[in-house]
Amino acid sequence: MPLVKNATTIADPFVHLADDAELPLDGAVLVSAARFLQDPEALIGRNSPLGVIWPNNRPVDDLVPYLDRLAVVALVYPSFRDGRAHSQARLLRERHGYRGELRATGQILRDQFVFLLRNGFDAFEVKKDADAAAFAATAKRYSVFYQPSSDGRLSAWQRRLQARHSESAS
Amino acid sequence: MYAYDEIDRTLINERVAEFRDQVQRRLAGEITEDEFKMLRLMNGVYLQLHAYMFRVAIPYGTLSADQLRKLAHVARKYDRGYGHFTTRQNIQFNWIALADLPDALADLAEVGIHAMQTSGNCTRNITADQWAGVAPGEIEDPRIWAEIMRQYTTLHPEFSFLPRKFKFAITASDHDRAAIKIHDIGLRLRQNDAGVTGFEVLVGGGLGRTPFIGKVIKPFVPGRDILSYVEAILRVYNQYGRRDNIYKARIKILVHELGLEKFRDEVEEEFLQIGDGPLTLDDAMIEEIRSRFTYPAYAKLSDNPEELTKASADPGFAAWLANSVAPHKQQGYAIVTLSLKPVGAPPGDATAEQMDAIADLADRYSFGEIRVGHEQNLALPHVAKRDLPALWQALDRIGVATPNVNLITDIIACPGLDYCSLANARSIPIAQELTRRFSNETANLIGRLHINISGCINACGHHHVGHIGILGVEKNDEEFYQITIGGRADEGAVVGTLIGPAVPYDDVANVVEDIVEAYLALRQRPDELFIDAVKRLGVEPFKERVYATR
Amino acid sequence: MTSPLQQKIKITGPSVVTANRARDGAVIWRTAHQDWSTDLADAAVVSTVDTARALLAESAADDVGAVGPYIAPVTVDDSGAIEPGNLRELIRSTGVTIDIPATV
Ligand code: SF4
Repeated sequence: MPLVKNATTIADPFVHLADDAELPLDGAVLVSAARFLQDPEALIGRNSPLGVIWPNNRPVDDLVPYLDRLAVVALVYPSFRDGRAHSQARLLRERHGYRGELRATGQILRDQFVFLLRNGFDAFEVKKDADAAAFAATAKRYSVFYQPSSDGRLSAWQRRLQARHSESAS
Repeated sequence: MYAYDEIDRTLINERVAEFRDQVQRRLAGEITEDEFKMLRLMNGVYLQLHAYMFRVAIPYGTLSADQLRKLAHVARKYDRGYGHFTTRQNIQFNWIALADLPDALADLAEVGIHAMQTSGNCTRNITADQWAGVAPGEIEDPRIWAEIMRQYTTLHPEFSFLPRKFKFAITASDHDRAAIKIHDIGLRLRQNDAGVTGFEVLVGGGLGRTPFIGKVIKPFVPGRDILSYVEAILRVYNQYGRRDNIYKARIKILVHELGLEKFRDEVEEEFLQIGDGPLTLDDAMIEEIRSRFTYPAYAKLSDNPEELTKASADPGFAAWLANSVAPHKQQGYAIVTLSLKPVGAPPGDATAEQMDAIADLADRYSFGEIRVGHEQNLALPHVAKRDLPALWQALDRIGVATPNVNLITDIIACPGLDYCSLANARSIPIAQELTRRFSNETANLIGRLHINISGCINACGHHHVGHIGILGVEKNDEEFYQITIGGRADEGAVVGTLIGPAVPYDDVANVVEDIVEAYLALRQRPDELFIDAVKRLGVEPFKERVYATR
Repeated sequence: MTSPLQQKIKITGPSVVTANRARDGAVIWRTAHQDWSTDLADAAVVSTVDTARALLAESAADDVGAVGPYIAPVTVDDSGAIEPGNLRELIRSTGVTIDIPATV
């Protein structure tokens, strides 16, 4: 499954570690929430980047104490129709100030890219190669947005108010 | 009218381009139907029995004459020359080819119309009182807030994949014409004791398999906080709404299962966390939207012009005036309802020719504005009273002056088994037969009486809240219909009560006649409405009458 | 969504496979020649669970051409004429039961 980051397909630097697989001494690993919560300190204490795959039915609050020590949080879309992880993403970014990699996994198709980006994701495990290849073009599909959100782009309201200010200033 | 700016225009053009690409990928076999289905649904495209159906949004039920002309154009160019106005201020085209849809959308985009989120598990078209801005006694025009909501919900990145569809309705009047109590979120504009404008917020209303009347979750949310509060509701729903069973996925079930108190606590907690964030609407933002609504330059006119007095001698005109013309907040003007329920016709359908003609009449008599109501009728919202006689003649010529508004023949009906792939039974022929059974004279004798018909439990025809509700069911491959009475959709909303076993297709109109006869015999005074008589008497006497001989 | 192939197949008599054409949504029936027709008369009629399943599988494989194939009941008279087996299918094959608003 291609991993898209910074609009290009890259090799995944993280090893997906099965719950019963032995923990390697070093190297970046991605573990399940269950495995992580069994002994978070031991995993974090390793001197290599750590990522956690967080299920969409578990409040992200449980993850908050560890956020600044995680390199990746991967949120899950079991189906593209199931939008729970969209809320988790915004909460992690906007409420809890998470700055590491936020990765979308599961059924990720190109038509979700814009939504995912807007919710603060910056890495995407895309199902189809063609969709991964189309990332850059798809991400630029919209140039205006009504809502304020996490991707740093101005909302329509902000733009309108700015336009008003510059009008009245001139 | 709300005037689109460059941002609004850019957004819908980008949406059209995106959909064009999605359709191309589907036709080329690059995405499966399963993947495409969700994409097309988010753009109002269903697959019905005979063809694709295309649902176009008419936000808060306001259309300009140019927009209506464009809808006529789409009906003519891409469909079979007519459209169907729905109970949620949308219009549906029944015969459109998938390959033509991107072009149809591009044509509509020229006049600022779109089909975004008219289906799918997202926030749907924001509906409002169809007389918003012209009804006497409003606190303010609720469409300003409806437009704010429309923008906030359009392509919302977090809430476009909810457990199930999500519907908002807004009113600013005490008399609820927007059916806010049967919506997922109902908003009633009001002022608190300090004179601050805000909303009473209702949640968890909805029809379908398990009907619920919406409950007040918060009696007052100031306008500045309304988006934050709505976001809190949506976020709680997105995370906790059931996704395991399509029939239990609406917010009404979550509210019911958690209990209103617990649900409210969750929302309050989230609302507190959101706090004074970027969704807080400061006055400048509200003013920004308000400033782009334009209002007619009304003239100073008499409420009793000579033209009106003269024309009232004509009984045809007098009947229409009494039935279809309502008071306007501006002296000398009136709101005119255009009945899309002529005898023997499918409720809510209008031909391209009618749409064009109505658009021209709107330009001539109503400052170029048309309204669409959830009862599947249209309205011209700003008609000078002195123009009423001329307008009446013109409307009569195109078949939209039947004086039956709010009467027994002003039936709400969903498309039913003639079109809909989910239907159990037909709705339209039942409605047609009923309009033939009751002459306009009888209908006036009966007085206000709403019949609502749905072809299946999904309740698009709002049968639960019809004074008489008719629901199509299937028994051994035959069409049967359950009859409820006593439902209503307004500020006193209640779900109707089933009167007994379902009756076969051929007997439905007879049953309705029996119910009406029972009512006429039992009412205390001629002005005791059917709905009030049912409330006073309960269903028993009606049930007895209907089933005594069956 | 359960794919049509996972659905339990139950037939009570002569049956056909029907769907809507992906391009324009038109009602179509699966023929005996690995193709679709907009005319019910051309449909392949099956009457055992196994043949129905095979016809449905073949139909479902054409995701680009057809949407939502399913098995529908029909009746076949002595002359071999195929008629829809219920009201829904009758409406699908002969159209709406009402007059479409006239374009005047
Ligand atoms: S109520 Fe049922 S039959 Fe009627 S339009 Fe809705 S889904 Fe179709």
